[in-house]
Amino acid sequence: MYLSLFDYNVFSQRFIGFENFATLFSDWLFLKALGNTFLYTFGVVPLWLGKALIVTVLLHPFRNSIKTFYKALFYLPHVTSSVIVSMIWLWVYNPNYGLLNYFVKSVGLAPAIWLGNKFLAMPALIFMQFIMGGGSTIVLLSAAMASIPDYYFEAARLEGASSWKVFTKVTIPLLKPTILYALIMGTIANFQTFSNVYIMTRGGPEFSTISIGYLVYTTAFREYNLGLASAMSMVMFGILALLGFLQFKWLGSNVEY
Amino acid sequence: MTPWKAKQKVKMVLSLAVLTLFGLLAFIPLYWMVITAIKPASLTLRFPPELFPKNPTLANFQELFQRPLILRWTFNSGVVAVSVTFLQLLLCTMAGYSLAKKRFPLSQLLFFVYIASMMIPKQVTLVPLYILVSKFGMINTYWGLILPSVAAPFGVFLMRQFLVTVPTEIIEAAKIDGASEWRTFYKIIVPISLPAMAVLGIFTFVAEWNDFLWPLIVTNTQQMKTLQAGLALLQEEVPMQYAFLMSGATYAAVPMIIIFFAFSKYFLKGVTVGAIK
Repeated sequence: MYLSLFDYNVFSQRFIGFENFATLFSDWLFLKALGNTFLYTFGVVPLWLGKALIVTVLLHPFRNSIKTFYKALFYLPHVTSSVIVSMIWLWVYNPNYGLLNYFVKSVGLAPAIWLGNKFLAMPALIFMQFIMGGGSTIVLLSAAMASIPDYYFEAARLEGASSWKVFTKVTIPLLKPTILYALIMGTIANFQTFSNVYIMTRGGPEFSTISIGYLVYTTAFREYNLGLASAMSMVMFGILALLGFLQFKWLGSNVEY
Repeated sequence: MTPWKAKQKVKMVLSLAVLTLFGLLAFIPLYWMVITAIKPASLTLRFPPELFPKNPTLANFQELFQRPLILRWTFNSGVVAVSVTFLQLLLCTMAGYSLAKKRFPLSQLLFFVYIASMMIPKQVTLVPLYILVSKFGMINTYWGLILPSVAAPFGVFLMRQFLVTVPTEIIEAAKIDGASEWRTFYKIIVPISLPAMAVLGIFTFVAEWNDFLWPLIVTNTQQMKTLQAGLALLQEEVPMQYAFLMSGATYAAVPMIIIFFAFSKYFLKGVTVGAIK
């Protein structure tokens, strides 16, 4: 029953949307939000993936108990809500008393107004997401890596391959399907980013951190322009579908075992 | 020790160092939340900050509970998370069972639609869902908070994948013994599914407790806010009172952290559903 409503919604969105698309693409704020969202997503997702790959590969030779401990440690921020994480980081980024500026000062650098500077605010959000996130990708990749028979790695090593060679020629190709999955899921999740923008910056300063997710919210529930907001989320959906398709094309080909 | 072994040992130590560094970076903010929460409020606005509190206090928590709404928000979050979890477990197990074991017209297509809708971002359906809920007159009610989260394609998918592996003979044997459809479901399917239900239930509970966007838009009075939406409200109200805010954050985060450590096995298993065959 719910499903039929679901389809109907997506359909009716598209229907409302037509009238609004023209407005949308001539709206600088929407384009700004779109650009920011791309910047954010393409900042966070590769960083997550890189971090997850490093952690997974380094963790692989260890005993199971050690593996479980680190996986749990990396997954821990995921059970803490995005609201709470954002509140904590708002405090960490506080220019006068925050933890980050304390560290920055103690290594002899100049403290910064992280979230109040339009050039730093977006990198600050990306950095926070990089530090806190990626835990589920780590768990995923570790599970995938555990399912690869050890003799693949041993054979490569016996043939005299260096660790780097093993990583690029054996590990990465074997993990490819999982990497693809993590990439798509990470893109979908980060493209919708909302809570951190809402709690930490409200899209500012000078709209430098406004995201599509936040703009949809303000358009729909502050300005009550539900039609326009629907058109925005439709564009978002279109982009995500396209990105998913491209990632699939790009990485999905020659998945080999 | 041979040189090869020594090299291996150095490698392991270096690996551990890198892992610990990444892990600590993610852990420090959570530590900082708790530390700030148990500091006297006056000490938070001081530089350099105190990394290990010398005089821990519960004053911030006392201040927190002086706000009557905190308990109301906790109650709301609890009601929503428990109801959604219960209903999802029931409906997803039923739907997963039908998709896995029943032959009916278009079942393949239906399953495909489920998988496809898993890929639809939540925000895309946000506005239409809001319009729908308001047409049903459910804005600012528990129904409005609970019902939209009950039908979860992910849950159906998880249960279906699990139940496909259950041998059909068991169900047929029950039928031959004269068990009704309903009896088969709760005497055979439910007990068999318990491990998968545990994964789904824990994930759902934590996700609902932590959900922010939907409670934010579907409630419009302070009484109906959930804990997450309430925290955001406090953050707006007293943005600089960090000790107080962090005590609220700690209060809302700790139950989930406890659940996580109690059931971490299920969490680590649940993440891989759908990704690894």
